[in-house]
Amino acid sequence: MAKTKERGMNDRIRRLRKISTETQPHIYMERAVLETEAYQMYEGKVSVPELRALVLKHFFSHKKLYIGEDELIVGEKGDYPQSAPTFPELCCHTLDDMHNMNDRSVVNFTVTEDDLKIQEEQIIPYWEDRSMRRRILDSMTPEWKEAYAAGIFTEFMEQRGPGHTVGSVKLYEKGYLDYQEDIRQALAALDFQHDPEALNKRDQLNAMSIACDAIMILGKRYGELARQMADSCADEARRKELLQIAANCDVVPAHRPETFYQAIQAYWFTHLAVTTELNPWDAYSPGHFDQHLGPFYERDTEAGILTRDQALELMECLWVKFYNQPAPPKVGVTLKESSTYTDFANINTGGITPEGEDGVNEVSYIILDCMDEMQLVQPNSNVQISRKNPRRFLKRACEIARKGWGQPAFYNTEAIIQELLNAGKTLEDARKGGCSGCVETGAFGNEAYILQGYFNLPKVFELTLFNGTDPMTGKQLGPRTGEARDFETFDQLWEAYTKQIDHFLDIKVRGSNVIESLYAKYMPVPFLSILTNDCIAKGQDYNAGGARYNTSVIQGVGTGTIADCLSAVKYNVYDHGNFTMEELLAAMKDNFRGHDRLLNLVRDHTPKYGNDDDYADDLMRRVFRYFLDNVSGRPNMRGGTYRVDMLPTTCHVYFGDVMIASPNGRLAHKPVSEGISPEKGADRNGPTAVIKSCAKMDHLKTGGTLLNQKFTPEVVAGEEGLNHMADLIRTYFDMDGHHIQFNVVGRETLLAAQRNPEEYRDLIVRVAGYSDYFRNLDKPLQDEIIERTEQGF
Amino acid sequence: MGMPLLFNIQKYSIHDGEGIRTTVFFKGCPLSCSWCHNPESQRFQAELLFHADRCTGCGACSQACPQRAVSMESLSPPAPALPGKSLPRLDRSLCQGCGACVPACPYGAREAAGKEYPLPELIRLLEKDWMFYERSGGGVTLSGGEPLAQDMDYIEELARRLHASGYSVDIDTCGCVPYEHIRRVLPYVDTFLYDIKLIDPQAHLEHTGVDNRLILENLKALSADGGKIQIRLPLIDGVNATEKHLTDIISFLQDNAINPYRINLLKYHSTGSGKYARLDRLYGGASMGSPDAQWLHQAEQLFRQSGFQNIQTGG
Repeated sequence: MAKTKERGMNDRIRRLRKISTETQPHIYMERAVLETEAYQMYEGKVSVPELRALVLKHFFSHKKLYIGEDELIVGEKGDYPQSAPTFPELCCHTLDDMHNMNDRSVVNFTVTEDDLKIQEEQIIPYWEDRSMRRRILDSMTPEWKEAYAAGIFTEFMEQRGPGHTVGSVKLYEKGYLDYQEDIRQALAALDFQHDPEALNKRDQLNAMSIACDAIMILGKRYGELARQMADSCADEARRKELLQIAANCDVVPAHRPETFYQAIQAYWFTHLAVTTELNPWDAYSPGHFDQHLGPFYERDTEAGILTRDQALELMECLWVKFYNQPAPPKVGVTLKESSTYTDFANINTGGITPEGEDGVNEVSYIILDCMDEMQLVQPNSNVQISRKNPRRFLKRACEIARKGWGQPAFYNTEAIIQELLNAGKTLEDARKGGCSGCVETGAFGNEAYILQGYFNLPKVFELTLFNGTDPMTGKQLGPRTGEARDFETFDQLWEAYTKQIDHFLDIKVRGSNVIESLYAKYMPVPFLSILTNDCIAKGQDYNAGGARYNTSVIQGVGTGTIADCLSAVKYNVYDHGNFTMEELLAAMKDNFRGHDRLLNLVRDHTPKYGNDDDYADDLMRRVFRYFLDNVSGRPNMRGGTYRVDMLPTTCHVYFGDVMIASPNGRLAHKPVSEGISPEKGADRNGPTAVIKSCAKMDHLKTGGTLLNQKFTPEVVAGEEGLNHMADLIRTYFDMDGHHIQFNVVGRETLLAAQRNPEEYRDLIVRVAGYSDYFRNLDKPLQDEIIERTEQGF
Repeated sequence: MGMPLLFNIQKYSIHDGEGIRTTVFFKGCPLSCSWCHNPESQRFQAELLFHADRCTGCGACSQACPQRAVSMESLSPPAPALPGKSLPRLDRSLCQGCGACVPACPYGAREAAGKEYPLPELIRLLEKDWMFYERSGGGVTLSGGEPLAQDMDYIEELARRLHASGYSVDIDTCGCVPYEHIRRVLPYVDTFLYDIKLIDPQAHLEHTGVDNRLILENLKALSADGGKIQIRLPLIDGVNATEKHLTDIISFLQDNAINPYRINLLKYHSTGSGKYARLDRLYGGASMGSPDAQWLHQAEQLFRQSGFQNIQTGG
């Protein structure tokens, strides 16, 4: 029996959604071709920022446009839904890469013979030696390369631009002619008498102005196309729609939107420009969409030009638009750390207003209805839950989440605000902030908060146990901090571990600093800079410290695994003498084969994180605090500092794959724990104990944490189940928890879906900071999700 | 009387009273219901459960036992899958349920039921989830086994302290205890989850080992003393899932002016049947079944027609 249900409030949406979900993602070469043309025309003749803006302008002036039948919101990154442009200036794919994208079993993209020919003849010859990936790898030290290859950390910008970021209310208050006026004034105010940066600022501001032209050209072209299509349209109803689209494009993006409909279209043009200017992996998000659209909705419904159903239909059209854009193809380690089509656009619904009041309005409920009806993994839909939000809103969100497709995720508004205040934002900027990507906190419209890569905390412990040697390869990667058998106390072992962490953090941060500098120099983003305060005022690029706040973030991975590893060693070797360090290392090397007694002790008779047991939870606190203290406050290259997040995307699978068995009984190559969730199967005292353990981490000092809770459907059934779910969330948030999300599916369902993927094409599960189709995940990740403890009581 | 033994502390307990609760399961019960799904709750002494399916016959348990209660015996007749293997045999007359063999077993084949918790330690554990209780209107439920068949100084003090800290305390009881025990905790208890297994005294004796006069008398007295009562009715095909049983209960409640705050219809499930073998006991509920949804719906209607509005099925 087919499990696929056609979704959408009416036939139009169902047709649009069907095209979006059933079209195979494919490579779209036109961007790369036009970019190469632009570089060949302008490189060396204009400044780098202007060059980048001219690329965007050239692309928007000449790219093929697409207006699909039934569409009400227009604009595609490519020439059809599911087309993925490439970014050769970042990563110049080899022909092997392209074959691999086409052939791999998951996250694949169709690559045609023509695509390969273009890549071989036009793209590779020009970009091979100038891509950022090449520049970055050439600038890294041998230690960096060895640690990177061993899976001690990853690097986000190795083949993707710095991202992701979020728009502010400004997007709905200004048109690009208004921005051009702001830029003109900033240019006029340049001080060539005293300011040594004045010339650079001029180039940057000129570039921003060109970028404004670029998007206005795109809007104008779409308007013209809509009118042409209207002229030849026999269907009167559709003709009217096309003329309305054209009329919208007469207003946006050049001018500020006047209606709810135009506000959505305006956002969408901006979204396309940000995500085709560069590939900020790859997200741009509309911020507090409900709050920004609220006034338009009120005005239009009062004026009688918009009904709730029409508003919902437009929202559903936008949802399809988001889903039409797969994240650009990734390869290598970057594919492993982010093995998904997901684009990480993330919509914050609810929360509070900049004045600190309840931010829920009717558009919030429209967005929830849209989410519920569409059940699409993009955009990534979250709700911000403030103590000021009504319970009705929370329960409506729970009602959707318990259907078991992983959305919405729940974020704690009060925690977000305190995190932002703690990171030096003003109260007003903090209230305007929220989460993007998976769970990352940022000051929307004012901050460049750039994720730098994942850090494998359990792997560094593995190296510590082997005196700095990687047991996977036998290579000496870290300093010789001593043979584990010689440590007489747990504290001696701990000290060795901290030395190893220091060593690899230094390598990681050095690399990240160089990469930031390379982006500032070669890959400015003038378009994104227009949107982010205070780039225009400072005449400085988003990638070079132009934003009001400039943060670099390193994500700690494997919280549960490392806490349990430390506990296994401390409890059994040092506190109780259940076995010796030599016995443990031998068991690890043998993948616990023939070490049943030892495996049983570390698996079933050792305190574990996730059970509200301070023995293990204190060790989590200790390692978290060490990581936090030794990352936070390091200066980055954009005038800001480093901070930490605790989230994995899909990197916990990769980080486990590069490890032998670990002291807590995790077998070789199995995933490490994800986010701040406990190690699989380690939490045996139910969800309240998990929440308590997780809340012992000081969330407010991070830039985001990720907690995944899986329930079987029975636990959250009925009105009571809904109330319990709401209460669990509220309580976690009372404890300053940052984020919680739910997988509500039965193990049987998942196993069946694994056996018969075709029958479960629609099955969506929460992976980490996002949801994905279960059939899109590779087998280890599927297994991992199946094994996550089910809280079925 | 010795310190009570617990066989489980269940957090995020959502079916034993209002809100998010922690349920404490005391070991030992005056009844021995043939359908009981927690057979390890029946005896007052600590006991060992053995998962034969996990055992490899390695003998680690035998070596770890301080009472020498575990002997390794060859399989007779020998199992074809385990040639030359021996399996542990537990002499339950020697076993103290101390649990020394539990961590010694590399395969998780042994499990101990029955642990003492000094009062301050138990209270500390129960207070861990106070924020959940407060948010959800939940609290602590004392269950079993039979919580009111334990050392009442311990139980009363436990209830008193939890109540004094502001937590809701519910007691899940079979009612087969001296009324004095109920009276002692009454001031501290929010809701009594009061089981009526069978209304017919003879059938009650047959299925639970005791007759039900004390239980019904206590229920009347508790109601008269103003206790908040939730009646719990386990409904089992082949035992009590009959219309007569229900009408008898309705008459009993009406005749004695007992007005429970809620009536809970509990569908029998056989999830506990596997535990009997682990205790070397025979399961008496093999022939029993659960009434179907339609019957349960009719049962619900029957109560409603008799003026009992707050009926909850399942949970």
